[in-house]
Amino acid sequence: MISHPTSAELLDAVSRFLEQQVAPQMKDRDAFLVRVAVNALATVKREGGAGAAMETGASSRLVDLLGHDGCFTDLNRELCEAIRAGAIPDDSPELLAHLRASAIDQIGIDQPNYSGLKQALLAGGTDGAGRTR
Amino acid sequence: MDSTPLDAALRKLAPRLGGELAGPARRLSGGASQETWAFDLTTGGGKTRRLILRKRPDGLERDPDRTAGLDTEAALIRLAEAAGAPVPGVVHVCEPEDGLGEAYVMARIEGETLGRRIVRDEAFARVRPGLAYRCGEVLARIHAITLADLPLLPRSDASAELEKYEEIYRRSGAERPIFELAFKRLRRQAPPELSPVLVHGDFRNGNLMIHPEHGLTAVLDWELAHVGDRAADLGWLCVNSWRFGGDKPVGGFGDYADLLAGYEAGGGEPVALERLLYWQTLGSLKWGVMCLIMYGAYASGGDPSVERAMIGRRVSETEIDLVNLLA
Repeated sequence: MISHPTSAELLDAVSRFLEQQVAPQMKDRDAFLVRVAVNALATVKREGGAGAAMETGASSRLVDLLGHDGCFTDLNRELCEAIRAGAIPDDSPELLAHLRASAIDQIGIDQPNYSGLKQALLAGGTDGAGRTR
Repeated sequence: MDSTPLDAALRKLAPRLGGELAGPARRLSGGASQETWAFDLTTGGGKTRRLILRKRPDGLERDPDRTAGLDTEAALIRLAEAAGAPVPGVVHVCEPEDGLGEAYVMARIEGETLGRRIVRDEAFARVRPGLAYRCGEVLARIHAITLADLPLLPRSDASAELEKYEEIYRRSGAERPIFELAFKRLRRQAPPELSPVLVHGDFRNGNLMIHPEHGLTAVLDWELAHVGDRAADLGWLCVNSWRFGGDKPVGGFGDYADLLAGYEAGGGEPVALERLLYWQTLGSLKWGVMCLIMYGAYASGGDPSVERAMIGRRVSETEIDLVNLLA
């Protein structure tokens, strides 16, 4: 990984600049867009930390569900087609467990404070790494 | 001199609205598919008239299958007003010679539309407990509008909604297994049709003007109005994306029972909670597909804003909600 600085440090520096120097000078719609921009950087930072593990976890669950190897994109497409065609029943516990873990992982990157995440974890869901957080 | 063509057009229009433009129009945040501008007029008596311009963004083509034109929107607001629903009065529907494109001018009502504030701020603590019931009453008023009086509107029941949004999803090229599951499940469980009503189509926290003392003072954003299932509006109001972190299911501020009781008290035909929950689930799926559409405007270069790019990352909030509702 490149360091001095790491990508996470660069993202932090830009975020801080936007929040401390830029945001106070913005009004109305631009003030809103600065907040969105800061959120975007935070999302990229979380993805940098957890994105690869999320995809590895999802791929391994997909291999179990579909019974053969492949890359994430191909396997995910095959799963979509299987659900659509009814080849995998839409109440299959293995399917639902995979979907729940995938949703938990991705919202953890996109919006970790979203209430639906808390609800999914309270209902006994675990993320792709089996953690309940 | 006016710094923008919009201000120049408003300055020219101002005398027909009863005054002079008092300063540049300010773009308000929110309203992802329509522009909303606030502007003030100085009237003859030296008073200030506070107005809103609703405008289709330049260069954004309207999808006639999905959204009503702004002239239709203005006509619906006038009908809703006559039916006893709180709305901002329409002052002027723009014509081509106004140079504002597809747009109309309406009254600027006092209150708050930011969902987070409505759900959390102390200022709204007094009106929050009655809001769900009031929303039910107001929806019943809107649903009571005689269909024969309506401008031409799309007609859509659950199956048609699913078909429409599934087609958009397929065209987006996104591959989302949770959406596949939701389309399949909701198609199988589509409820039997009730007598159709005017559905507002976007009746939710964020499109409702809430006053700290008077509660619900205006229902905004009529562009998704159509003729369809009465439970569509009730369910949409309960979609988790519109709760803004609030604990309660109705817009983050109220309970299902209060919403349904208000709906009946306002003259609405009783709706079973199960039917509402079906439409809430369909609502999460729809919002997920809408996020894909709006991200598509970024991907195609039509709207290069960071807002459009980031809305694609809201798809996953609908996925976690669908998982919670379906799995």
